[in-house]
Amino acid sequence: MIISVASGKGGVGKTIIATSLVAALGDGSQLLDCDVEEPNCHLLVKPQILTSEIINIPVPLVDEEKCTVCGKCGEICRFSAIVQIGKSVLTFPEMCHGCGGCMLICPEKAITETEREIGVVETGFFGSIEFVQGRIRIGEAMAPPLIRAVKRKINPNKIAVLDAPPGSSCPVVTTVLGSDYTIMVTEPTPFGLNDLRIAVEAIGNLGVRMGVVLNRSDIGDNAVREYCESNNLPILAEIPHDRRIAEGYAVGALLIESAPEYRQTFLNIFSQIRQSLENEGKELRTGTL
Amino acid sequence: MREVVIISGKGGAGKTSLTAAFAVLAENKVLADCDVDAADLHILTDPKVKNREDFIGGVKAVIDSEKCVQCGQCIDVCRFESISPDFNVSPFTCEGCGVCSHICPEQAIELVEPVNGRWFISSTRFGPMVHAELNPGEENSGKLVALVRNQARVLAEQAGHDLILVDGAPGIGCPVISSITGADCVIIVTEPSLSGVHDMERVLKLAKGFNLPISIVVNKADINSELTAKIETFAKEVDASFLGKIPYDPDVTRAMVQRRSVVEVYDGPASAAIREIWNNFNEQGNC
Repeated sequence: MIISVASGKGGVGKTIIATSLVAALGDGSQLLDCDVEEPNCHLLVKPQILTSEIINIPVPLVDEEKCTVCGKCGEICRFSAIVQIGKSVLTFPEMCHGCGGCMLICPEKAITETEREIGVVETGFFGSIEFVQGRIRIGEAMAPPLIRAVKRKINPNKIAVLDAPPGSSCPVVTTVLGSDYTIMVTEPTPFGLNDLRIAVEAIGNLGVRMGVVLNRSDIGDNAVREYCESNNLPILAEIPHDRRIAEGYAVGALLIESAPEYRQTFLNIFSQIRQSLENEGKELRTGTL
Repeated sequence: MREVVIISGKGGAGKTSLTAAFAVLAENKVLADCDVDAADLHILTDPKVKNREDFIGGVKAVIDSEKCVQCGQCIDVCRFESISPDFNVSPFTCEGCGVCSHICPEQAIELVEPVNGRWFISSTRFGPMVHAELNPGEENSGKLVALVRNQARVLAEQAGHDLILVDGAPGIGCPVISSITGADCVIIVTEPSLSGVHDMERVLKLAKGFNLPISIVVNKADINSELTAKIETFAKEVDASFLGKIPYDPDVTRAMVQRRSVVEVYDGPASAAIREIWNNFNEQGNC
């Protein structure tokens, strides 16, 4: 089973929820940090990292001896990553999406591929729980290929919990695609509601089931609850503002360490998800604890 | 003209609340919301839209099933595994590279230009604002960010304003890179947690890579005063200007519920701290 934890708005507690969910589920689960720009799960679960793999994407390399400067590569490239300027062909590897079009079209077979590093994927354990994270190279704009590399480490025999990046654009879609269920974390404020709406639309388009965890549930107003009710989004749990949780998080403590009474809340969240998927008649790839 | 971009690395650190507060305090400015996939600044500024345009960010492949002979060449060349065995293109994974369209012997694949979002020029009680909405789940946010910033610059020049306040996106990826490229300086908002510090360090390295002057603000500073002190020391070490600390103050959320910036409606500790930070920014001027 794949459960992603997303939010729209940043800083509402995705990582807090994802890490404590996994900690409560134990070694039948696996934690994958797909927020490759700013991965934070490791600060809370303090994993022992055992492997580190550099992830590259292919970018073109032009053999000037063979190149006749016909310009076809520049015509096919839609990302301005290879351009004919006067009597030479210039490449801009940072712009390249790695589609391979220029290499395919070159009539002189003058283009081969080299690599551009986009980041690393690390794997390890915290306790006996499997952990995976991606870390984008600073200055690299293209997160989705790295997120896909993280997702290739999903263990099909476990309950995989994916911590998504904030927002609602391509990195979020790349993370959530293929999930059985998405936990939307938000807070009951105008910002929380606006961003929840956008993210629900983005993820709803993918046909993934969703439920909401309302964090700092006693601040703000009631508009998020009303929105959830009118859109048939179940509220899986409400967690009131609690200074113990905020202060514990600041120094890298899990929510269920700062406030142990919430362990049961996380198990309840999981049972609701399992129930919802069973009701839908979804064949669960795994899910027994 | 100064273009100041407010970023944070970590989401929810207070970028938009701070941008809106600066909008109240600053004079002669244009606002730009560059968090195009989860824009919130409009909630506090109540923009009246004057001009609205569609945004087309890129192309997507579409297979014409009438013309398609299912030869499979498109599936072979697609590096993004976007074409299903029954010859449908997934709009969620298609990068719009057009290689399938080029290879198709039947010319059965068309590249269409879907509308990915909209952008707006508006007036607000704080002056002109440029903002945008990327359609949920879309890509090319970097392009839309660049467009918003260009429009803000044009507006500022036309109106003779000397300041552009840019609300940035979280993270360090495509929209953030697009927000800070060619800007004059950045203000990093962080919070005293291990995540806040970790994310600040990464976004600071990014901004350093662009040789931008950097200022740092700590929000919710009293959650952990030890880490707040550490951030202050760190700022000195990396030649960033430390503008100040904002204490945790429920007035910020109370004001948000009223769709106002905290400095407009409350005179509590957060408002006082933000006013001082704005003065420090203008006087210490790491920009």
